[in-house]
Amino acid sequence: MTAVGYTTKLPRSGTVPRWAPWLTYGAATALAVILSRATGANVALLVVAAILLAGATIYVWSRAVEGSRRATDRVATLAVTSTFAIAMVPLVSLLVTVIRRGSDRFDVAFFTESLRNVVGDGGGAVHAIIGTLVITGLATFMAVPIGILTAVYLREYGAGRRLATAVTFFVDVMTGIPSIVAGLFAYALFALFLGPGVRLGIVGAAALTVLMIPIVVRATEEMLRIVPNSLREAAYALGVPKWKTIVRVVLPTALGGIITGVMLAIARVVGETAPLLVTTGVITSTNWNPFEGRMMNLSVFAYFQYKTPGVPPEPYFARAWAAALTLIIIVLFLYFVARLVSLRWGRTEIQR
Amino acid sequence: MTAKSEGLPKVTRPSRAGDRIFSALVTGAGILILAILAGVAVFLLYKGWPALTAKAEELPDDETFLQYVWPLAFGTVLSSTIAVIIAVPLAVGVALFITYFAPKRIANTLGALVDLLAAIPSVIYGLWGIAVLGPAAVGLQQWLYDHLDFLPFFKGPPSPTGRTMFVLGIVLAVMILPIISAIVREVFAQTPRSLREGSLALGATRWEMIRMTVLPFGRPAIISASMLGLGRALGETMAVALILSVSGGATFNLISSGNPSTIAANIALNFPESSGLAVNLLIATGLVLFGITLLVNAAARLIISRQIRG
Repeated sequence: MTAVGYTTKLPRSGTVPRWAPWLTYGAATALAVILSRATGANVALLVVAAILLAGATIYVWSRAVEGSRRATDRVATLAVTSTFAIAMVPLVSLLVTVIRRGSDRFDVAFFTESLRNVVGDGGGAVHAIIGTLVITGLATFMAVPIGILTAVYLREYGAGRRLATAVTFFVDVMTGIPSIVAGLFAYALFALFLGPGVRLGIVGAAALTVLMIPIVVRATEEMLRIVPNSLREAAYALGVPKWKTIVRVVLPTALGGIITGVMLAIARVVGETAPLLVTTGVITSTNWNPFEGRMMNLSVFAYFQYKTPGVPPEPYFARAWAAALTLIIIVLFLYFVARLVSLRWGRTEIQR
Repeated sequence: MTAKSEGLPKVTRPSRAGDRIFSALVTGAGILILAILAGVAVFLLYKGWPALTAKAEELPDDETFLQYVWPLAFGTVLSSTIAVIIAVPLAVGVALFITYFAPKRIANTLGALVDLLAAIPSVIYGLWGIAVLGPAAVGLQQWLYDHLDFLPFFKGPPSPTGRTMFVLGIVLAVMILPIISAIVREVFAQTPRSLREGSLALGATRWEMIRMTVLPFGRPAIISASMLGLGRALGETMAVALILSVSGGATFNLISSGNPSTIAANIALNFPESSGLAVNLLIATGLVLFGITLLVNAAARLIISRQIRG
């Protein structure tokens, strides 16, 4: 790595004041806001213009005082910081939108009534919430044992075996399966035995299982990797069989991380729509039984309320947004509990 | 059985029934995963086969399978390509910001905020795109049409609702940004300290340090992360099904209200009401999607594993 292009003069002795970047960004933003008010021009364009203007100003200023290399550095800092700010805009906008529009129908009826015999205003999504819980619970019930056992195989038994290499590779590939393809797979599998047009909660759960397994495997494998070998060796030295070592020593040590991984996996699939759209069907009343009859869930509920509203559409849209808010609350709850678990029982436990 | 790579001493223990059962159990779980993946391919092929071999007259709209799937595949690749083009520079910037620019104390929190973007269900992105971003982009699309209509992408006429390929590309970009940035971030943080501090010690500014050590070190990761993001965008369903207003065939015109659909969205939109051969047809298009994403993901994984070994 030769210093091509770095034969320029040493930086000049001066530096721009500390507040210079802030002043420049502030002035550019203020100018953009004023221009947007005055001309009604597009906000996105003005933001771009403001960033470019701020960049140009700080470059000229810094180049005059500090030299071109420092000036480039300052422009790069501005550019990198702006990308982060830009990336945060959708998150904030999305959360604000969902909370504002979702709170209209975020009421008692929404959580106690189904849509049975409801036309227009009123009704709720309790049937969809029940469906979401049943389907996700069933998927978790199937995916977690398979995922954990596979991870145990990969870390504790598989080292160097060809089967393990293949499983590792295909778990990675499985991560990339489009969710709708998982849904089609589950449909094709069950349609083979139960005839075409099959719509059951269990079919949706099977599709979600396919999506959950690779996440659980990855998370568990990662945790087993950092369980110290001294623990295993100590157990072996006491004459404990390998399987008992794994079940009683290795897995409990990694438990915190595994729980975190499982919760993140649940958070990933709880909002899945596409695979359930093709497997569980649409229904307006409550169904607790995943082995019989169609089953609604929150995301499909939100989709259909928005996509095929009645007249007037407003109550349908309001229900869609309320379902979206409920989903976000569930996902964020899982996400934060997962973070707490990993903070509380995470690596500290293992390093003890 | 001792795991050599973990440095355990090679000892021979008497074989025990519990050990044999447990070993069979976990090996069985591994094999089950291979079986599931093989099952995905086999069952899709089995159910899609009637449509793949059907004559044009038998299929809806009197089109052969290839004629049917071509505009969908085009729309899928086009929307994902736009998403990747928008998302990659942003994701690299975000990763750089979190690893080397943000104050160390809050860097983790900022990273968690970006990860939060990945946790939001896709149907909600769809609602957001149709209700917020679409209307907000109408003005921008008008501007692009007014000033850049000599490009085939902005030939217009601009859609009054904003339910266009352009808006979809932005929404997909937001959805894959956290995936790309999480991988890139991890690799950026692993840039050898000796290289980074060496360049700083030689008088490099922070940006020169990043350009000369962090970016070259992270380049393979950027490429493979982009391909993983591409794979995710290719399979994205609900955001497309909600946002895109579909009509007409393949076109590069990104801002009009006539857009080609994507494979995944087409399945979601038509599957609930389909029966007979139409179901087989949709499953066959799903097989095509599966093939495309499999190729993209496998290529990305190969690049990653080669970098780890090299």
